[in-house]
Order: sequence, then C-alpha cells, then structure tokens
Amino acid sequence: MTRTKSLLKVPVVMVALALLYLGLIAGFSHNPYYMQILNMAAINTIMAVSLNLINGFTGQFSIGHAGFMGVGAYVAAVCSVFYKIPYLVALLCGALAAAVVGLVVGIPTLRLKGDYLAIATLGFAEIIRVIIVNIQKVGGPRGFLGIPPYTNLLWTYLFAVGTVVVISNFVNSSPGRACLAVREDEVAAESMGVNATKYKVIAFVMGAFFAGLGGGLLVHLLSIAHPTMFTFLKSVDFLIMIVVGGQGSITGSVTAASFITVISEALRKFEVWRMLAYSLVLIMIMLTRPQGLLGGKELTWEGIVNVPGRLRRFRLPKVGGGRVGTTGH
Amino acid sequence: MALLDIKDLSINFGGLRAVTDFNLSMQEGELVGIIGPNGAGKTTVFNMLTGVYRPTKGEIFLKRRDDSIVNLVGKKPFTITQMGVARTFQNIRLFKDLTVLQNVKIAHHFSAKYGVGGAVLRTPAYFKEEQRIHDEALKLLRIFGLENRKDEISKNLPYGEQRRLELVRALATSPRLLLLDEPAAGMNPQEIKDLMEMIRWIRNEFQLTILLIEHHMEVVMNVCERILVLDYGLTIAQGCPEEIKTNPKVIEAYLGEVVEDA
Repeated sequence: MTRTKSLLKVPVVMVALALLYLGLIAGFSHNPYYMQILNMAAINTIMAVSLNLINGFTGQFSIGHAGFMGVGAYVAAVCSVFYKIPYLVALLCGALAAAVVGLVVGIPTLRLKGDYLAIATLGFAEIIRVIIVNIQKVGGPRGFLGIPPYTNLLWTYLFAVGTVVVISNFVNSSPGRACLAVREDEVAAESMGVNATKYKVIAFVMGAFFAGLGGGLLVHLLSIAHPTMFTFLKSVDFLIMIVVGGQGSITGSVTAASFITVISEALRKFEVWRMLAYSLVLIMIMLTRPQGLLGGKELTWEGIVNVPGRLRRFRLPKVGGGRVGTTGH
Repeated sequence: MALLDIKDLSINFGGLRAVTDFNLSMQEGELVGIIGPNGAGKTTVFNMLTGVYRPTKGEIFLKRRDDSIVNLVGKKPFTITQMGVARTFQNIRLFKDLTVLQNVKIAHHFSAKYGVGGAVLRTPAYFKEEQRIHDEALKLLRIFGLENRKDEISKNLPYGEQRRLELVRALATSPRLLLLDEPAAGMNPQEIKDLMEMIRWIRNEFQLTILLIEHHMEVVMNVCERILVLDYGLTIAQGCPEEIKTNPKVIEAYLGEVVEDA
C-alpha cells in the first residue's frame, strides 16, 4: 500500500469509528447494564487481539493471558488507590508491569514448544494468582476494594481501537512478517535470517502489555480486583475468543470477543442452562467453521464492498448453463 | 583467500561419527557438488555450515563482503544467513500458509531499516522500506516467472514451483554462498534440464558461489566443476566430474565391491 492511500484512509476510518461510538452511546447509554456489556466487549477485544498476536500470529501456544491481566489490574489498582496516580498513568504502569513480567517469563519459557509452553504459561498464571492471594496489602483472598471507577466506554473504546491499530500495524510490517515466519516454520525462518527467539519475545511482551492494559481498565470499571477474576478459566475464555474468531485474524478476534461477550450475557435468561447453551453454541461454531469465523482472513473494506459482486457472480452460472457450484470465488 | 574454507569439520551424534574431517575450500564463483549414498552425511555438512548443528571439531571460515574473515562455528543460523549464506531444504520448507509474495518478503526482513516502533507508528521509513521490499520481491518473482502467482498461498503451488519459490526466497536474502540441498529431487527430466540451466544462470547473474547436494548424477556431472564424494562421513574422493566417474572407490561406494569370480 502506498503512503498517500494509507494516509487518506485514516480520516475515513476515524469518522466511521466516531460515528459508531456516538451510535452506541445514543442507543445504549440509558441502560447501565447495556453499557457494562459494551465495556466488557471492548476490554475482551483488547484481551483477544493481544492473545491472538501471541497464539495466532506468532504460533506460541500461551494459556496464561489472565495472569498478565492480573498483573496489570493489581499494579494499576495499587497506583490509583495507594499512590493517587492519575488514571491514565496508572493504566500505563499496569501495562508496563505486565510487559516486564512478560519479558521475564518469556525469555526462559519461549524455548519450549507447543504443549510444554502451554503448561509453563499456565503455571505462571497460577503463580501470579497465588502471589496476589497472599498479599494482604491488596486484600488477599478478600479482593481489593475501593478502586475509583474511572473507566467508561470512551476509554475502553479508545483503548480497544488503539490496541487493534497497534497490533495490526505491527503484523503488517517486516517484524510482524518475521513473527508469521516463526509460526509457519521456525527452522526455515532462521534460515531466512529471522531471529526466532527475539520475535517470540517481542510478540509475548506486546501481548502482555495489552493484557495488562485490559486488566487495569477492568478493575477501574468494576472498582474491585479479586484473585478469582484472573484464574485459568479466564485465560480459557480468551482462548475461546481467538479460536472462534479465527487464529491469525484481528477482525476475527474483535468479532468473536464482542459476540461471545454479548451471547454469554444474552444466555442469562436460560439461568441454570446457561453454560450448557453456551457450550452448544461453541460446539456448533466449531463443527461448522473449525477454522474460526474468519479463518485467518481479515474483514476489509474492499471485501465488504465486493460482496454484491460476488453474490452476482455466484448466481450467474444458474442462469447461464446450469453449471452450479463451479464458480463463486 | 577462498570465499569458504572448511577445515577438519567433524560431528558425532553420541557414538555415531556422522561426518569426519571434512575439508573444502571454495573460490568465489565456484560450483561444487557433494554426492554420496544415503546417510553419508551430506545434509549434516549443510546443517553445520548453516549453524543448525554445532560441529564437534573443526572450523568454517567465510570471507565477508568487506573481505574480513569470520568463523561460522558457534554462530546462530539467522546470523549466518545475514552474513551471506543462504540455503534451500531437501524437503521443501516454505511458509506454507503465507502467500508467495510474503514468503519472499520475509527473506528481506533483516535488510529492513525500521523496527517495531517504526512499524507501529508508520513512520516515513516504514513506507519507504515496505515499498522497496515489495518492489525487490516482485522483481525476483518476475525473473523466476512466479509474478502472476504472487497472491497464491504457497502450499497450493505445484511441486516444481514450490521448489523454485524456495530458491527465490533464498536468493532474496542476497547471499554470496548458496547451498542447494537436492534441488532436483522429485523433478521430471524436462524440469531437471531447466534446473541445470537455471543453476548456471543464477550463478552468473547473482555472482554466487554454489555448493550443492544431489543424487541425480546427470545434474552433478553436468553442472558442477568439482565434486566431493562422501561415504559414512568420510570424504572418499574429490576432483572434476571425469575423475569421479572413473574413481574405483566411488564406484565401490555406490555399487558395492567387485567380487572376483572363483
């Protein structure tokens, strides 16, 4: 893409995003419950997109994302409550702390592959949780109360957009391609001059940074931080989002994070059957689209604009000679 | 001073002496072949040259562009590539789920003059470098007749084109020494003929020094100026194709010992 074309796109996208935001405010701000769901959808988007950078784009199977979220959450909360640091700076501190932890954890564990890495990251997340439980200063197992509720939809929305921009800029660049190469074939990547370890660590640290940011946003939204918010099951939630959305697809992660947040709330009316219905929805998605909703591809403007054209081409053969199913792509 | 100077290169896997005292000196622009029966240690030599294996003993000296000499032993594979040694693999190792163009662009990775910050902030350097990488990758694909395939997922290419793409990708790292591991494997006679021409052509066009492993005698005998024969990790013969063809030790290694009639 040329520079001018790319720069022309920026104002268009900004206006579209602003309109979407105003639309959401106009449509839902009368109901705090809906606003809460929107906030959660935005935070989950941050979490899913950042996990996708590690799992989907770099191919490192991490299931400790909630651990980074916990680090960011508690550090941001401590900054806000004990040191009265301004909200945005507190969020930044949380994200940076998570990134540092990501670096410290990543350097030794990223030598491991596949299942072994998964177990190591899982263990790390549990360690974080157990450490939090044992720090009385932040409430230990009782939870950390009284965090100022600074987070609102404007912030979660802005940060979600920012995360998507940063991560998609990253994956569509030379360092990002190096990450893709590591995912595809580590030996071949190294023989192309790619320092595999370096790019694995970069992806891991970036992912941890945004997970920490998501954690900070979350606790300032709920005004409580609790160790049970950052368990293994939470990591699995994010994993489900990227698998449903399609590993290696940013738009897929955004779609799936929003979809899963909304669907799991919508299913509340089934009460005790809720988790059963949720599981059924997931099983159905995986049976019909095992590659995820977007299957590693991205939703693009060009693609959306082309939909009518593609539909027309799909119908043409029927009219022409009855050769159904031979075209359509 | 030679471009590549390998001295007493040896590696043991446990008790197995996979390669013993391998010596080779290559002048700039030479085209040398390594042959030998299966399991003779040919690919192991490549893996030591590219840093995948660390030799138990020996030295590998490479002359860099600025005429300084480096020892490649103990260097990481990606550093060795950056120093100008590229390779292809015996069993094709493309980035299967990426497009043809992306495969080639990855090879330009280490020449890109911007980092993670430049990528995220989309600095002018990002656009300039991306344009350059794009143009250079396309240029190489055009030379090898793969330009119209650029948006194809690489695993969907026919076998011959996958091999060619692997070669393009290796050339994109702008090497001085190219290591080809069985480039003719699985090719039909016509493809082999084209390949032989291509190998000679790229050597002149890209000013390369080429070391290749091959089982197809036709390719080795026609293309290489000098041949080394490995058997059980030992260099049993070396010389020009005519000498190798008539060398009794080589015939023995390939066909077995001549048994005298009783």
